[in-house]
This record gives sequence, C-alpha cells and structure tokens, in this order.
Amino acid sequence: MPLTREQITKRIAQEVKPGFVVNLGIGIPTLVANFISPEMGVMLQSENGLLGLGPFPSEAEIDADLINAGKQTVTTLPGASFFSSADSFAMIRGGHVDLTVLGAMQVDMEGSIANWMIPGKMVKGMGGAMDLVAGAKRVVVAMEHVAKDGSHKLLKRCSLPLTGVGCIQRIVTDYGVLDPAGNCFRLLEYAPDLTPEDVIKATGAPVELAPDIKPMRID
Amino acid sequence: MSFSKVYPDAKSALQGIKDNMTVVVGGFGLCGIPENLILALRDSGVRDLTCVSNNAGVDDFGLGLLLQTRQIKKMVSSYVGENATFEKQFLSGELEVELCPQGTLAERIRAGGAGIPAFYTPTGVGTKVAEGKDTREFDGRTYVMERGITGDFALVKAWKGDKFGNLVFRKTARNFNPMVATAGKITVAEVEELVEIGELDPDQIHTPGIFVQRIIQGPRFEKRIEQRTVRK
Repeated sequence: MPLTREQITKRIAQEVKPGFVVNLGIGIPTLVANFISPEMGVMLQSENGLLGLGPFPSEAEIDADLINAGKQTVTTLPGASFFSSADSFAMIRGGHVDLTVLGAMQVDMEGSIANWMIPGKMVKGMGGAMDLVAGAKRVVVAMEHVAKDGSHKLLKRCSLPLTGVGCIQRIVTDYGVLDPAGNCFRLLEYAPDLTPEDVIKATGAPVELAPDIKPMRID
Repeated sequence: MSFSKVYPDAKSALQGIKDNMTVVVGGFGLCGIPENLILALRDSGVRDLTCVSNNAGVDDFGLGLLLQTRQIKKMVSSYVGENATFEKQFLSGELEVELCPQGTLAERIRAGGAGIPAFYTPTGVGTKVAEGKDTREFDGRTYVMERGITGDFALVKAWKGDKFGNLVFRKTARNFNPMVATAGKITVAEVEELVEIGELDPDQIHTPGIFVQRIIQGPRFEKRIEQRTVRK
C-alpha cells in the first residue's frame, strides 16, 4: 500500500530542522505544521505577510485581518511579525527562507516543477510558488506519485508549463523519497509496504537506487 | 490647515476616474481590500479598466463585483482561483489577463511607486512568465527583467489613518497595501478609523501621508472571511 496523506505529511516533517524558517504551501504541506514540535524553534512564514504562524483559531479568536496564504483564518505565535508582501518576498527571493514545501502536478529528473497551469483547462495562477522555488534555500515537493488516471507525474521532462527550472531538491510521495539527479531520480527511501521495484514501475524516468536505500520511517 | 485630503464619501473620493484607466488595488484575497471604494468604483460605471491586484475577489465580493458588471478589460494578478466568473471570462477570451508571480507583482508595484521603471529577478526564469522578456546574467545566474507598475488611481485600505493620509495597517491586512499606496497618481485610502493629525505615533506609521492624496472614513466594513477555519 502507498502511504496515506498523513503519512506523507509525517515524513515531510522530518525534513524540517531546528531553527528553520519554513514556508508551507497549500494542501498536504500545510498539514506538516501539525507535526513540528514547538521545542524545535521553527518559525513558519506565510507569504501574504506573516512570520510566526500559529494554529487555527478558536471560534472566539477568529480575526478577518489575520489569515495565511491559503486565505484561512490563523493565529500568531510569540515572536511573530507582520510585514508587507514586498518585504515578504524579499525574505523569500533573498534566500532567507530555509525550506519551502509545496505540491506539484509534475516534477522531472532535472529538478523542474510544474504546478500552476493546465493549458486550456485550469487557470488559477502561480501565486507565490515561482518566487518560492526560485528563492528558498531548499525546495521539497509533496505529491502523489501517480496521477488518478494512472499516468506518471515523476517524468524525464515536465510536459506542463513550468513553475521553476532545476530548482527542487527532494520529492516525498506516497511511494517514496526521491532526489532529482539530472539524468535520473535517486531513490532514497520507499514506502514500507512497497518494494523499490514498485517505485521504479510508477516513475516515468530512470531511477537509481541510493547506496543506503531504506524503507521510509513513519512515526 | 485649509487644504484637506479628507473626502466625505467613497463616491467623491473617486472623482476624475475615467474609462480605460489603470487602477492598482490593495488586498490579499478578501483581506485588507478597499471594499467601500470598490463598491463606489462599480457604481461609477467606468468601463474598460485595467486592474492590478493580487487576486480578483470572489464572484460576489471585492473586484469580482466589477467582473460581473464587465467593467474590467484586463487584470494583472498572481492568483485568481477563487473566482469562477474570472475563469469563465478569461477562458472565453473576454477578459485579458496577465498572470504575474506574487513576489514579482509586489516588487513591480513597489518599483513603480519608487521611480524604478524595471528590475531583474530570478523568479520565473525558464518559464512562460519570462517569454519575450529581456534576460541577463549576474554573477553566474540568469535573471529576467520585469517592469515597474503605476496606476492612474491606487485604492488601499488601512486600519487607522489621519487627515494628512498617514496610514497604519492591521495584521495581515497590510499585505499589498503599502506598495499600492505608493503607485497611484492619485492614491485613495479608506480607513476604519480616521483620526486627527498628531494622534498617530510617528514611529508606528506604515505609510507616510505623502503617498496618499485622498482619504475617507469607510462607512461600513463587511470584512468577509474567505476560508473560515477553526481549531477542532
């Protein structure tokens, strides 16, 4: 069995190191916040203009002036700050954000990512994703390994319009953990109920097994 | 002081707005949008506007209202996923759209207001966004040139403002508003609380009044919430 969304989320949380400033995209990435312990001193950045993002509010705490980049009502933690969108993207583009986690429709072995547009079908826009992949120190993608119709999402080359070129460092899916390695994906970990062969079969590009390959550890 | 920036209402504060103008509008989603000025803009009936705003509101609130009445000819935005009217008008070719990365949009407005006509950014290099634009290498990395943005009018929303136009924003309702305030030939601010000159602490002012030409006390604020999420 491939991993559940919650299991993917828990594995991604292991990418977050103490003291990091992290920007979490919409969807699975947002859930990662639930698995980062307060002792780690991690600050979450929200690109609309907040550093020090807290949990969702109680009914009484709801404030229309306090939202995250997904337009959800949120709270702040001690040490939080508010700033303009220009300052926010100075943080992002200027390389001050340690890690960003975002979703993708496609990724490729060269580290390119597509997640903002399906020509003729979906026009939502890229929001802050292009700035995040261009500027964050480390870019981790959270995604399902295979599309609902069975087609590959990890490819030799993305076929959809790109969000960024050669910019992602790691991909965590329901099948495993892979790093783009130029002419292949390097498989570092595989879902405990799957084999490396299952991951290779589900990937639309060559896969090389890391020397220290191991099953994913989900606590 | 004989000269006053204070206007009696949103309608009078938009005096001089005409068809085909470019209007830069503050806000992120529905948070921190100048909702009273947007209503007055709709009621003014001006058409063929170019609107620069991170989002396009929702179908029945914010700039979505001006899409419904087809007053907008072109939108410059980073994310428009919340608005079905937008998607329909865009896909049918009725609405011209320039999608621009959020950080690039913020910087384009900031640059425009700061007298900088263009700048280079790493965002979007090698993507559709960079197509047809000048690129240049600095220190071994490729950057794309983006243009500054200014508007005939700029509309912003602040928490507090004084009669000189000094503005204080609240929490994440700040978002694009400080840059937008700098980018209008005429910048109009609506505030929740209009105070006398001298009442705001100079150390706490986010937007100095020099950027604001007109200011109104907003009559009512719905402050609609797009995604009401609570702790379980």
